[in-house]
Amino acid sequence: MAKLKDIAQLIRSKNAGPFSLTFDFMFDRAEDYRRVRDSGVINRELFSRLYGTAVEDVEIYSVDAAQGIKATIPRPITQGDLDDGDSFGGQLFGPLVDLEIPD
Amino acid sequence: MDEVRVLSVSGMLGSGYLESSLKKAMTWNPDFIGCDAGSTDGGAASLGEGKCSFSKAAVKRDLRLALMAARNNRIPFLTGSAGMAGADPNLAWTVDIVKEIAREDNLHFKMAVIHAEQDKAYLKRKLREGKIRPLKPAPPYNEEVIDRSEHIVGMMGAEPFIRALEQGAEVVIAGRSSDTSIFSAIPMQRGFPPAQVWHAAKILECGAACVAQRSRADGMFAWINRGYFVVEPPNPDYICTPLSVASHTFYETGSPVHLYEPSGMVDTSQARYEALSDRSVKVSETRFVPTKTYTIKLEGVEKAGYQTVAFAGVRDPLLIGQIDDWLARFQDRVRQRVAEMYGEEFARGGYVFNIRVYGKNGVMGKMEPVNKVVAHELGLVMEATAPTQEMAAAIMSSACHMGLHLAIPQWKGLISNLAFPHSPHQMNRGPVFRFNVNHVVEPADPYEMFPMEMINV
Repeated sequence: MAKLKDIAQLIRSKNAGPFSLTFDFMFDRAEDYRRVRDSGVINRELFSRLYGTAVEDVEIYSVDAAQGIKATIPRPITQGDLDDGDSFGGQLFGPLVDLEIPD
Repeated sequence: MDEVRVLSVSGMLGSGYLESSLKKAMTWNPDFIGCDAGSTDGGAASLGEGKCSFSKAAVKRDLRLALMAARNNRIPFLTGSAGMAGADPNLAWTVDIVKEIAREDNLHFKMAVIHAEQDKAYLKRKLREGKIRPLKPAPPYNEEVIDRSEHIVGMMGAEPFIRALEQGAEVVIAGRSSDTSIFSAIPMQRGFPPAQVWHAAKILECGAACVAQRSRADGMFAWINRGYFVVEPPNPDYICTPLSVASHTFYETGSPVHLYEPSGMVDTSQARYEALSDRSVKVSETRFVPTKTYTIKLEGVEKAGYQTVAFAGVRDPLLIGQIDDWLARFQDRVRQRVAEMYGEEFARGGYVFNIRVYGKNGVMGKMEPVNKVVAHELGLVMEATAPTQEMAAAIMSSACHMGLHLAIPQWKGLISNLAFPHSPHQMNRGPVFRFNVNHVVEPADPYEMFPMEMINV
């Protein structure tokens, strides 16, 4: 087992427009990318559980050329609404960095 | 040579770039210089208030060097989403800066100013005709929402830029634009294939964002050919690698393989990225699927009220240990006081009093999965939002005083809970806004939503 933060070169969250939130998991080694992708740890249920999104609204992508995995969800709170705490959405990945990735 | 050479001076006008990078890029003989000026990341205020979130000094510096380089080489300069949000006040502010630069530096040119602010009657007609459709996810959109919107802009495609250039514009200052349109217009006008043009534009609009390790805002250069394009950063300290360029399709996008533009969809799923040198990358095999229906995305904001904020720290370990209980009692006290001041009905929904607790869940709020507070101090950001600034300020001043002295059971006697670093404790934020539309319009043509003026500067 290893933690995602020790394998990924970048874990980030960001707005994709005011109504969507996107999470990127980038890897500098192809084998790390494949290991995480194939582990299935980054899945729709994970985002549903952590961010309260309906499972069917979670989109997951993996792109070999970029060695990256992406998840996109409707923003749990629209950017800039009174109870939004992160205008850029840039700190909402926090709970994901310690995910355990099987060997 | 059958190619278009494009310089994007910076990922965002006002965020800066190195003059040395501009000079280097000019030796590569660009056919035009472009720069995106917009973003919604700063929130709804820029569109609501019609103000740029960068300073005039910052935008003027970035505009001046790029304009001078463009005029000296007799090539066009294009910018879109002027003044961050690209509504009429944002656009006018930018146009004034351009005119000021032209006066000071004795520049003369033909300037197209393209508006993106939308007419409410036009949108209501489109709504009735069923020509406005929601994207996913979208809030409800109807005539009342249109009426209460502070500003509504349409995100223009490449066509209004092309029309401006065809009519002789040497400088184009456009309101809200799709970021890529700024860079697609001239290559499209010259008949280059949309797949390469839009994919290159997507990379260019973010300036140096696609380099392996970005340390500051700077520019990017692209050579667009038929069938492929090449990108290379003018800053010698930066490199592009196949991985860094491929990764850029992830940045701020919902899908990393399908990018939607007014005229169609860019498909990068089969794209090939190859190193041409140790710092330039060739991209080929991008595809483009034209859309059947040309659509323009709307952005709009409405006023959520007026806000007063206050910051306070808490260091009492006993108070920290029961912070949730104390906050609930605090909220209740505020509600009682608001009822005394403005009546029961107003207290039941006329205002919002929100407390963000940094050190606990200030960033993620209800989504925060960690529910144990381990901090030895907490930061409270209190926000009162009400229909007028006077009411918001009144609610906050009462709240600050009540929170300061709201007892916890362990201490006997009058206590002061809140460490205020500021006097006065509170700041008026003016009006606050919220985004209220995520829809597309089907216009009769790509131009009708974007009227243009031609000005001899």
